[in-house]
Amino acid sequence: MLNAITISHVWVLDQDQALDFYVGKLGLEVVEDQDLGFMRWLTVGVPGDAGRRILLEKPGPPSMDEASAAQIRELTSKGATGFTVGFTTDDCRKTYETLVARGVEFTQEPTTQSYGTDVGLRDPFGNHIRIVQPAAQPASASAR
Amino acid sequence: MSRAVEEINRRMLRARDAMDRTYAEPLDVPSLARIACVSESHFIRTFRATFGETPHRYLQRRRVERSMFLLRETDRSLTDICLDVGFTSLGTFSRTFREIVGEPPSSYRRRGRAMTAPTCFVMAWTRPSSSAVSEKPEPAART
Repeated sequence: MLNAITISHVWVLDQDQALDFYVGKLGLEVVEDQDLGFMRWLTVGVPGDAGRRILLEKPGPPSMDEASAAQIRELTSKGATGFTVGFTTDDCRKTYETLVARGVEFTQEPTTQSYGTDVGLRDPFGNHIRIVQPAAQPASASAR
Repeated sequence: MSRAVEEINRRMLRARDAMDRTYAEPLDVPSLARIACVSESHFIRTFRATFGETPHRYLQRRRVERSMFLLRETDRSLTDICLDVGFTSLGTFSRTFREIVGEPPSSYRRRGRAMTAPTCFVMAWTRPSSSAVSEKPEPAART
């Protein structure tokens, strides 16, 4: 049936500000940045992980009416859109310190659990992101 | 017009994130209002309008949730856990816990079960949110 997850999606309220964060702070790279006329198709990915990218999509007309877009913006900005995207890293604590120095807002400091060490953070719009350093030996309990 | 709403939502979320991160510290309304860059009265009113509960109630239930976590996952004493999560007296902690959870910390501990999940998710999903007690009128966020 299906082969792989290749693209996922994050609502962003401003695509230039999103680039400042996802590329400038998190260190992702732009995969596609095309003006389709009706929308700016903007995707980013982890350098070296060519198979997977994130669409940084801005809600608004004509894909939806202005009132619906305003609802999405309001929910995003109060953190009510739930979990957005998860990354892995080789060194969670070092990544955390680097990102703190870049002014990233964290919701959870490095925490070690059976599955690894992880942190929680927000993008400038309120989206919830996690970064995990998987435990060297996979624990029997799996985290979903 | 909606931009103003987004900006204020984001500030309220920043204050709520601060409660989730530093619940063990003696947080009060003035310091939370400073994080949100609004006046104290505006902060309480707007927080409630944004998230459906006052900052006091949010923080109190965050502390209770974290104490439930420690009761399940550690062997620390009730007194230690009480202080770990930001309560300043064992009496207040035990009474608040019982009001919100419906049983005393010691019996919760006996039947509690460890769960392995990312902390942010445990915090978001297991904080007691249904109201077992009516909300107290507006005071400081401190216990």
